[in-house]
Amino acid sequence: MTFFLQLVVTGFALGMIYALVAIGFIIILKNSNAFNIAQGHFVMLGGYLGYTFLIVFGMPLWATILCTMAIAALGGIVIERIALRPLIGQPIISIIMMTIALSSIIEGLVTLIWGGEYKTYHGVLPTLTITVSKISIPSEPTIGLLVSATAVLILMLFYHYTKMGLAMRATAEDLQVVQSMGIKATTVYSLSWVIAFVVGVLGGILLGAISGVMTPLAEIGLKAFTVALLGGVNSIGGAIPAGIIIGILENLSAGYLDPLLPRGGLASVFPFIVMLIVLIFRPHGLFGLRKVERI
Amino acid sequence: MLKVENINVVYMKVIQVLKGISFDLEQGQIVTLLGPNGAGKTTTLKAISGMLRTEDGEITGGSIHFNGKRIDSLIPEEISLLGISQVMEGRRILEHMTVEENLLVGAYRRKDKSEIKEDMEKIYTWFPRLKDMRKRVSGYLSGGEQQMLVIGRALMAKPRLMLLDEPSLGLAPLLVKEIYEIIKKINRETSMSILLVEQNAKAALEVADYGYVLENGRIVFGGPASFLKDNDIVKEFYMGISSSGERKSFRETKAYRRKKRWFF
Ligand SMILES: Nc1ncnc2c1ncn2[C@@H]1O[C@H](COP(=O)(O)OP(=O)(O)O)[C@@H](O)[C@H]1O
Ligand SMILES: [Mg+2]
Repeated sequence: MTFFLQLVVTGFALGMIYALVAIGFIIILKNSNAFNIAQGHFVMLGGYLGYTFLIVFGMPLWATILCTMAIAALGGIVIERIALRPLIGQPIISIIMMTIALSSIIEGLVTLIWGGEYKTYHGVLPTLTITVSKISIPSEPTIGLLVSATAVLILMLFYHYTKMGLAMRATAEDLQVVQSMGIKATTVYSLSWVIAFVVGVLGGILLGAISGVMTPLAEIGLKAFTVALLGGVNSIGGAIPAGIIIGILENLSAGYLDPLLPRGGLASVFPFIVMLIVLIFRPHGLFGLRKVERI
Repeated sequence: MLKVENINVVYMKVIQVLKGISFDLEQGQIVTLLGPNGAGKTTTLKAISGMLRTEDGEITGGSIHFNGKRIDSLIPEEISLLGISQVMEGRRILEHMTVEENLLVGAYRRKDKSEIKEDMEKIYTWFPRLKDMRKRVSGYLSGGEQQMLVIGRALMAKPRLMLLDEPSLGLAPLLVKEIYEIIKKINRETSMSILLVEQNAKAALEVADYGYVLENGRIVFGGPASFLKDNDIVKEFYMGISSSGERKSFRETKAYRRKKRWFF
């Protein structure tokens, strides 16, 4: 029972980070109608930046987070302005191709700077363990949960209760209407890339603390995609429960199913199987917005 | 106030849709553009609002002035800031957002916070039905309520000229009457000018000061509304509209939305 609870709680923390990363993915999807293939690469880059600031520069966690977010925000602005704005009005496929190009560039950059090596910063985070009766959660997932939950909360409040959030939601629904009201859609696009990049690197720092940093960390992008599909591709709120479900399932299958197989590895596949089953019964995902249909 | 002079409009560099359209609109007036489906009425509005650029259309000749300023080379955002607000055809509500949020999108570029509140109340007095539904997700409103909402949203921008595209489309006659009465009232109370596009000539001429009839991208007829109302040609023209004509234009608007394009 303790083992089970332990898995669930750490899975919950993991899932919250997935949700955070997935929200970045969904924001791009909603505003540009395109899959951002580079979302996972933002995460990977975040992990390496986290390593650099924490270990190489010996900075504290809060300063690491701030610096990395600042770099990502700048990166988001530059990416949108240089790579994506010229593609406005072009077919969706060219936007997706551009995100593939971006992902290659980031991967190349990471290999160039860090040699693509495995880096870890386990144990340098502040000690912050949660102990409830017999289960105790180590620092990394605890901090991961706290930071990602705070970030998700801030994002949700921003998206639903601020003026800029209103513009983002409106742009996601009808670009022409937004333009006709004098709202600069390019500002909205720029901001959506900033958010996608920032939540990506933030997720990268947190995941890097839990499992170390390596170029395959970019595969987290695929997980974000799974979370988005499960929650409903256009539902930002849906990403939260979906992320948590995926995180917990992944942990449980790692704890209970992997030992049954000689070579393990079921943990990374199991959430996809769940997603497939859910989508068969609910094609819009668990919480997806449907086209409103009046009767 | 608005001076459209001899404009030509071409889509996708080859399809010429407007062939020398000219007309004027004075402060406080309601001017209506009538004409069959495909005549170029919506295109005329898009040329004024700049929305043409988002659909691969281009003004290739002539000029448009608004309050003395030439606007035919401006982008939609700039034109909207000058005080021109377009209500696009087909009731383009933001369907997942509430009524109130839709209205707030209209007021997005305004800085006068307290006045925005007052104007919102004013819109609720003009359209009392919207008030009861302020927290409702707008996708679930009826067709008439959605039309009221898009007009209200455009009003929230505090425009000096509203471009109104076929507000009667697909609505029951009684509702059309209700909406037109409100439009006239708003025009009287705020002296906001309205450029009104309609296929329902009868309803439009009830409220308009001037009217023009478009056909195949040309103005073929025009004059004071009272004169047009009694004119045989116009009578024949609007009697000639069948319900199938309305359906066709509805389908086309959907097709345009798919084709939308962007240029900066
Ligand atoms: N985005 C577009 N691309 C190409 N052709 C268009 C576009 N929009 C309108 N047209 C064409 O321009 C003509 C006039 O259309 P429109 O201005 O919508 O007419 P109306 O509003 O009077 O029904 C039609 O023949 C239509 O097919
Ligand atoms: Mg039209």
